[in-house]
Amino acid sequence: MYQTTYHRASSVDEAASLFAKGSDAKFLAGGQTLLPVMKQRLASPSDVIDLGRIKELQGVELSGDLLTIKAATTYYDIMQNPDVKKAIPAISYLTSVLGDPAVRYRGTIGGSIANNDPAADFPAALLALGATVKTNKRSISADDFFKGLFTTALEDGEIITAVSFPVPAKAGYEKMRHPASRFALTGVFVAQTKSGEVRVAATGASQSGVMRVPAIEAALKANWSPSAIDSVTISANGLLADIHGTAEYRANLVKVMAQRAVASAR
Amino acid sequence: MSTVKLTVNGKAVAVDVEDRTLLVQLLRDHLNLTGTHVGCDTSQCGACVVHMDGKAVKSCTMLAGQADGASITTIEGIAKGDELHPMQAAFRDNHGLQCGYCTPGMIMSAIDIVHRHGGQLDEATVRQELEGNICRCTGYHNIVKAVLDAAGRMKVSQAAE
Repeated sequence: MYQTTYHRASSVDEAASLFAKGSDAKFLAGGQTLLPVMKQRLASPSDVIDLGRIKELQGVELSGDLLTIKAATTYYDIMQNPDVKKAIPAISYLTSVLGDPAVRYRGTIGGSIANNDPAADFPAALLALGATVKTNKRSISADDFFKGLFTTALEDGEIITAVSFPVPAKAGYEKMRHPASRFALTGVFVAQTKSGEVRVAATGASQSGVMRVPAIEAALKANWSPSAIDSVTISANGLLADIHGTAEYRANLVKVMAQRAVASAR
Repeated sequence: MSTVKLTVNGKAVAVDVEDRTLLVQLLRDHLNLTGTHVGCDTSQCGACVVHMDGKAVKSCTMLAGQADGASITTIEGIAKGDELHPMQAAFRDNHGLQCGYCTPGMIMSAIDIVHRHGGQLDEATVRQELEGNICRCTGYHNIVKAVLDAAGRMKVSQAAE
């Protein structure tokens, strides 16, 4: 790892001002991606600004039909939270299959979506549930937030403070886990909103990162059941292909994971 | 350089380190606690697992500065004098190690698993929960046996306290 200067911020405002003073600063949340990337010397920020202990970025609130998870809440705390289990159990399940226990104690929802890894789990949940990303400057809908591989709508120095999820009628998530990295080889999050809209998002599949799957949404809108997806064809065009699976394999996984997610949705 | 203040295995320490220092480097290179190992250095293998404020974390994927003020327990800090921790004793009795390289991380993760699950542990849960710890020798079978054995012993020793 190259030299860097570590700062611990005690408030969002302090973090923003520390960022502005650094020549090439980066925010550090749980560090489960940034630190490995720095160790590989793929990133060499002049300053690292730790958001991990900012109190206003911690915790979960359930208010009516809106579940709000603060940005620096760890996967473990999300997984264990009774409001999450009650309001959107699919999110609790998602965190239980994310990484391993030690990673779940450190990694955060804000860190996951800011990084927007094409195989990360949380981007699929945000997109399928029509979540809103709150930052220290504005609110951004999930539809506008994810801009492609490792790219988001965040501006330089902008800090995610929370994610708000409308509580759905039903939601489910299933993924084929890569056995070593535990990232999603392909994962699909399905949701039926309380107004009857169906939204489906796939991660680990597209070369452009997390994506909606309109063909499956239409099939589920007509008939919310795993068998409704039988006749859907997913094109392999633009899907990821690597040593772990071809684009055709992932196209099939999108269908199969969607079917499993519908079957487990509640 | 920054001064990182920690409690390590019950002892307060203050260490001057470069800001880029990882927690595992502080433990091994500055405090000579070399029981905590670095295996993969990419947060996959779990050889570097220690407890921070009672939670099992990968010390190769944390800056020392992030642990400032925390209480760290390493493999050196779990036995009571000559009396092994029940997890250590169970690993020995069940032959849960061969080369031993992964063992410190296995044991620290396994203690965390027992703390979280208590009496609810079964073989499938142990196998799933150990996914962040890689062993190249044992095929995991005796490790799983050791964790289940220790879960029983830890319950007994907790009840006795």
